[in-house]
Amino acid sequence: MSETAIRPKLVGPTPLERVRRAAPLLLAPVMALAGLAAIGDPSVWLTLTVAGLAMGLMIFIMASGLTVVFGLMDVINFGHGAFVSVGAFVGFTVLAWLAGWTQSPAVILNLAAVFLAILASMAITGALGLAFERVIVKPVYGHHLKQILVTMGGLIVAQQLIHVVWGPDAIHVARPQSLQGSFIFGEAAIEKYRVFAVGIGLVLFLAMRHVLRATRLGLLVRAGVENGEMVEALGYRIRRLFLLVFMAGSALAGLGGVMWGLYQETITAHMGSEIMVLVFVVVIIGGLGSIEGCFIGALLVGLLANYMAFLAPKIALVSTIALMVGVLMWRPQGLYPVVKAK
Amino acid sequence: MADMLLRLAGVHTHIGPYHILQDVTLDVPRGGVAVLLGRNGAGKSTTLRTIMGLWRASAGEILFDGKAIHSLATPEIARSGIAYVPENMGVFSDLTVAENMRLAAVDGPFDARRLAWIKELFPPIATFWDKTAGTLSGGQKQMLSVARAIIEPRRLILIDEPSKGLAPAIIASMTSALRELKETDTTILLVEQNFAMASALGDTVSVMDDGRIVHAGDMRALAADAGLQEQLMGLSLEEHQ
Ligand SMILES: Nc1ncnc2c1ncn2[C@@H]1O[C@H](COP(=O)(O)OP(=O)(O)OP(=O)(O)O)[C@@H](O)[C@H]1O
Ligand SMILES: [Mg+2]
Repeated sequence: MSETAIRPKLVGPTPLERVRRAAPLLLAPVMALAGLAAIGDPSVWLTLTVAGLAMGLMIFIMASGLTVVFGLMDVINFGHGAFVSVGAFVGFTVLAWLAGWTQSPAVILNLAAVFLAILASMAITGALGLAFERVIVKPVYGHHLKQILVTMGGLIVAQQLIHVVWGPDAIHVARPQSLQGSFIFGEAAIEKYRVFAVGIGLVLFLAMRHVLRATRLGLLVRAGVENGEMVEALGYRIRRLFLLVFMAGSALAGLGGVMWGLYQETITAHMGSEIMVLVFVVVIIGGLGSIEGCFIGALLVGLLANYMAFLAPKIALVSTIALMVGVLMWRPQGLYPVVKAK
Repeated sequence: MADMLLRLAGVHTHIGPYHILQDVTLDVPRGGVAVLLGRNGAGKSTTLRTIMGLWRASAGEILFDGKAIHSLATPEIARSGIAYVPENMGVFSDLTVAENMRLAAVDGPFDARRLAWIKELFPPIATFWDKTAGTLSGGQKQMLSVARAIIEPRRLILIDEPSKGLAPAIIASMTSALRELKETDTTILLVEQNFAMASALGDTVSVMDDGRIVHAGDMRALAADAGLQEQLMGLSLEEHQ
C-alpha cells in the first residue's frame, strides 16, 4: 500500500464526547450528594445510602441477565421474575435444611450455608432457564408480542408451581446469626446483611465485567449485542451463545432471589414479578443491552427508592418511574445506548 | 468450463413479500477474482448475503467446491471456508481492533507470520491495535473488515464494495492490498461499483440488473468495450471515475 494514503491518524473521541460518555458515571455520586443535602442528618443518610446501594446491587444482579438477553436476541422476557421467585424458594429450602449451620455462632458456617443456598438456587434456576428457553422462548424468536404473552404465561405457570411445592402462603426467612443485627458507626446503624449484599453485588459486577472484557465468550456476547449477523458470518452459532447467556441470566436472577429474600426476610411466589417493575425500570434507564448502564441505573434506583422512602414515603415508587422518565428525556436510548448495526 | 470454486445456479431470493433475486446464475473461478457489477439496488449485496445464508435462497442451488451449501446455517457456511466483508463492514465498534481480529480467528491463536503480513498490508491495523474500533475512520474500518476476513486462510472471500465512501488515495491502496491478496491464490468474489478498481482486479465479471444477471464474461473484454459498458449500465463506466 502506498505510504501516504494510509499514514495512520488517530480519530479518537473528542474531549466533549469523553465528557458525554463519562457523565452517567457521575449520576450515582450526584444522587448521593443530593440525598445528603435533602436529608441533612449524616447518620440517617449513611444508613439509607448503604441500604440503597444494597438494594441497587441486588436489582443489578437480577437485571443484568435480562438486559443481555434483550441485547443479544431482542428477546423480551416477562417471565424473568419467575427465576427470582424460584431462586428465593430454593434458597430458603436449603437454608432450612442447614438450620444447624445458620443458627450456629460460627461465621464460617453461616456463610457456608448462604453460599450453598446460592449455589443450589443458581443450579436449579439455570436448569430452569435452559428449559424455559428451549420450550417457551425459542418458538417465538423475532416476535415481540408473542414473546410478551408467552413468557408471561410461563411466569404464571412458575408461580403456580411454587404454590404447589411450597404452599400459597408467604414464608418467613431467617437470616443466619452473623448476618443479623447492625454495625454501629457513631449514630448510624448499618445492617450487617446490607454490607454483605453490597460486597456480593460488587464482586459479581467485577466478575461480570471481567468475563465480558477479557474472555472470548464475553467478547462474543458484546459483539453479538452489536451485530449478531456478523458474529454468525464469522462462524459462531449465536443461538448457542444466546442459550448460554439465557441460562446465566436465569441463574443470576435466582441468586438475586436468594439475596432479595434474605433482605426482605419474607418470600412469596409473587416477589419476582413485584421486583420486576424496578428491574425493567433499571434496564430501560441503562439502555437495553448495556451492562454498565444497567449497573448505574440500578444504583440510582436503589438510592432514590431509599431516600424517597424516608423523605416522602407516599411517592417512593412513583419517584423511580419519574427518574426513568427524566433519564429518557435526557437520553432517549438510556444512559448507554447500545450501538446496533444497521 | 474452468474449475469453479463457487457456483450459483438458478438462485431466487425473497425478502418478505419481495422477489429480489430472480434466477441468478454465477460462477466464481478457483484462484481468481470474479467481479459483480450493477447499479444501485440491482441485487449485488443480496447475492452475497444469500451465499452467506443471511437470506435463504427460495429456489436454486449454491455449490461451494462442489458441495451444496444453500441449506446450511450461516456459521456452517463460514466454517466451510468462506469469509465475508459486508457492505456496512460489520466492525464491532465496542471492541478493540485486536479483539475484532481475535474473534475473526475462529480456529484459535493468531498465526504470527500471517498477522505480520496483514499489518504490513494495512498499517493502521498495527497502529491502532489496542484502540476501540468505533473510533477508526471509514477507511480504517474497511481495512479492519478485510483484515478480519483474511486473518485465517479462507478458500473464498466475499467483499461488498470495499471502495464505498473512501477517498481515491485509500481506494488505490485498498486495490493494491487486494491485488496482493489475489496473488496468494485466494479466490475473491468482489462487488464493486468503482470500475477502475473492478477492472484492475477482476478476471471475470458478471453484471446484474433488477435481480438478474444480464451479462457474464471476461473482465478484460468488458473493460475494452465502452459500447458494451454503455449498453449494460446505461452510461459508460469510465464517466464514473
Ligand atoms: N431488507 C430488505 N427488505 C426489503 N427489500 C430489500 C431489503 N434489502 C434489499 N432490498 C431490496 O432488494 C433490492 C436489491 O438490494 P441490494 O442491497 O442487493 O442491492 P445492491 O445491488 O447491493 O445495491 P447498492 O449498490 O445500492 O448496494 C433493492 O431493490 C432493495 O430495495
Ligand atoms: Mg449493496
